[in-house]
Amino acid sequence: MTTTSTHETQIIADPDVPLVRIVREFDATREQVFRAHTDPELIVQWLGPRDLTMTVDHYDCRTGGSYRYVHNRDGEEYGFNGTFHEVRPSELIVQTFSFEGFPDSVALERLMIEDIGDGRTRLTATSLVDSFEGRDAFLASGMETGVREGYERLDELLAR
Amino acid sequence: MAADALSRVFSALADPTRRDMVARLTLADATVNELAEPYDVTVQAVSKHLKVLEDAGLVSRSREAQRRPVHLEAEVFDLMTKWIERYRRQAEERYRRLDDVLRSLPEDIDPVPPRPARQPSSKPTQTGAKR
Repeated sequence: MTTTSTHETQIIADPDVPLVRIVREFDATREQVFRAHTDPELIVQWLGPRDLTMTVDHYDCRTGGSYRYVHNRDGEEYGFNGTFHEVRPSELIVQTFSFEGFPDSVALERLMIEDIGDGRTRLTATSLVDSFEGRDAFLASGMETGVREGYERLDELLAR
Repeated sequence: MAADALSRVFSALADPTRRDMVARLTLADATVNELAEPYDVTVQAVSKHLKVLEDAGLVSRSREAQRRPVHLEAEVFDLMTKWIERYRRQAEERYRRLDDVLRSLPEDIDPVPPRPARQPSSKPTQTGAKR
């Protein structure tokens, strides 16, 4: 199951392990891409969905460090946290990711940053979750618009 | 429950033989025997795979026709593809915001930000729902 688009974000849902891989290229150096992933002042400018307020509680991106941030919408808070397992500046971040609503479930995320020449950088982000159900929920999550409608349509289709 | 339904579709397609069967069914309906032909497995094994695909809503079998051909429910298949596409678009949107952030950074920036306080600062970094 692969969806690709030239120059745009590629998503690969691995059929054999519950993993999602996202590949994207940027017109920026590795240093810039790494900094944008580690500096809380910068992270809040792009990571959270647009309709949510993102508050970084702490973001200590170094081997053995940890992070926590909260998404807020209309007074509802969604906390996320994790630890940094391995961090190599401008190269690699291996971290855990957990939604505080389901603290027993944890995803292992790996961010690889590669120089592809001409001042361009390729980012490969993989997220390994603990079950296919978790992966599929992950793929289905965050798609606030349309997802409910999609579920209803699937229900209708499957009920036929 | 809908989330389970989606999971069934994904896990039904997690098997290479079943994916191959689905790929062949995109061309035309086929009987169980026809489907079993290219594989080095029994018709029973193919029937088992079909049962999984059927439970996931991906294929159906005609009740009327004697051959009982297997039919791909293309709508369900498309729906799943659309889900992935929607997720991809959301990631792309996020990365376009990252493009903007990257453009604002000096080229010789230190990849490591100044060491933050380990404990939550009294004034956490926050953003509004900004463009």
